[in-house]
Amino acid sequence: MAESFLEFEKKIIEMEKKLEELRALGKQGDADFSSEVKKMQKKIGRLRHDTFKGLSRWEKTQMARHPARPYAYDYISEMLSDFVEIHGDRCFGDGPSIVGGFASLDDKPVLVIGQQKGRDTKEKMYRNFGMAHPEGYRKALRMMRLAEKFKTPIITLLDTPGAYPGIGAEERGQAEAIARSLIEMASFKVPIICVVIGEGGSGGALALGVGNRILMMEYAVYSVISPEGCAAILWKDQSKITEAAEALSLTSEDLLKQGLIDEVVKEPLGGAHRSPKETAHILRRVIRRHLAELTEMTPEELKVDRRAKFRQMGPFTQ
Amino acid sequence: MSWFSRGKSPIGKIGKRIFPEGVFIKCEGCGDTIYSSDFEKDFRVCAKCGKHHVLPAYRRIELLLDEGTFEEKDENLQSTDPLKFRDTKKYRDRLKSAERASGTSEAVVCGSGKMNGWAVELCAFEFAFMGGSMGSVAGEKMVRAIERAVERKCPVVIVACSGGARMQEGTNSLMQMAKTSASLALLGEAGLPFISVLTHPTTGGVTASFAMLGDVIIAEPEALICFAGPRVIEQTIRQTLPEGFQRSEFLLDHGFLDMITPRAELKSTISSLIKHMSTAIPLENRPS
Repeated sequence: MAESFLEFEKKIIEMEKKLEELRALGKQGDADFSSEVKKMQKKIGRLRHDTFKGLSRWEKTQMARHPARPYAYDYISEMLSDFVEIHGDRCFGDGPSIVGGFASLDDKPVLVIGQQKGRDTKEKMYRNFGMAHPEGYRKALRMMRLAEKFKTPIITLLDTPGAYPGIGAEERGQAEAIARSLIEMASFKVPIICVVIGEGGSGGALALGVGNRILMMEYAVYSVISPEGCAAILWKDQSKITEAAEALSLTSEDLLKQGLIDEVVKEPLGGAHRSPKETAHILRRVIRRHLAELTEMTPEELKVDRRAKFRQMGPFTQ
Repeated sequence: MSWFSRGKSPIGKIGKRIFPEGVFIKCEGCGDTIYSSDFEKDFRVCAKCGKHHVLPAYRRIELLLDEGTFEEKDENLQSTDPLKFRDTKKYRDRLKSAERASGTSEAVVCGSGKMNGWAVELCAFEFAFMGGSMGSVAGEKMVRAIERAVERKCPVVIVACSGGARMQEGTNSLMQMAKTSASLALLGEAGLPFISVLTHPTTGGVTASFAMLGDVIIAEPEALICFAGPRVIEQTIRQTLPEGFQRSEFLLDHGFLDMITPRAELKSTISSLIKHMSTAIPLENRPS
């Protein structure tokens, strides 16, 4: 069980600890606590159900950023086999905020690309907290061109606070790197499935998000700007984060309603981090189903389908 | 006490009396006062220091297209306010006041016209409309312009002037980046040129989509062109940025622009470029 938890998880975690103690006492054998254990389990179940049913959009954003949440590597190792990671944009660097390579899904080749945040402090620094520089995006595009060449389906796992805002990133053309990725992803003739597994941070996430199918994990968010950024700009008040998150309608449920994504992938009660393996297996089943549908299409159809999908995004009246 | 000392600030009063509002403009570059009529005649470029001020969309169209050839399209498209967005003000109210302030119906004005005889589809951003931000309407209007160009086989010119994607439409605005970029792929496959003109300021999701995808990318002098704005970067790295960072000259230096062209030469430069990239353009769309 993860040590880090969010404010609204605290009560549940405390009760779980008590339950463990009770069980340990029971094992020592003097008294029978089984009815108490059962009662406690029921109580925890109810509390968990109530807590997670009524999460606000800001709380869901916190879930998407949960420090114990499974990251790209966790999904890759649990969903796929024979993963061979490849590196480098062949221009400047590796861009370790984005990882990827060849792998097998049910013995069939796929190319998987994920945004990786980093688990411990050292890895977080190395991965730049999942905020890619242009070389990360250019590496990803290089990998996707390989997939196109070898007619391999592409799976992308989106999880980033955003593209990195820094001097080097600007000097090396962050905007160009993202734009290039958008136009080329719109032109590939292989199936592309994009999954927002955590934080879909604006253009930095969208750069890997032009797919035939766009899925979101239940507690993932996908937004044009972070609630913090939005509060600072529109409210001119950093404390209005909750309001900004509400206004931005950034949860998986919101995006499904807006017709911007295809499916919400249910997470185990309490969120993906409570059971990363189970979550990865759920996602694998969903990806398998979409991939089966997409492999029925011809290469040309795949490209046309992807373009048509984005063509109809964004409502207006005339 | 000096012989010249004044009483209570008469400057303002004198200013008001001698200079009725709107007759003079203060240059944002050198601070010089310019006759508004001269300023407008020069398409808002300071004659003294050459500073390029933000140009409204309809003036941009006047600058770039042959007189009387512009046919505006899709000006009736309006936002549905899909999120019922409200911050300190309602988005709907912001839209209304933006329309009043800018005189345009949205952040981009699109239409067909002729540029030194060449038929083009032109999209010009209007900064006074919510900072030229790109929402669903702006995205749709540009895509329709691109599709018209594919249909009738002519080039597309987009003049960007924008703070980026519009927050008030949330993820819908973000997706306009992909939507516009994808439709440019169609234009490319048809062998038709896309000229991207970047003016001050071009930032965020606009830079990181269609604006950086021009076959040729032209910027006006000293325009701020970036993905992350200087303030965001300064907050992130806690350092002051060097002079000229993210300006046109900096981008040209780093290989992200083809050229920097003063406003007065834009029209002739673009039409020459079109001529050089015109293999797929039929006779009826060429100068007679």
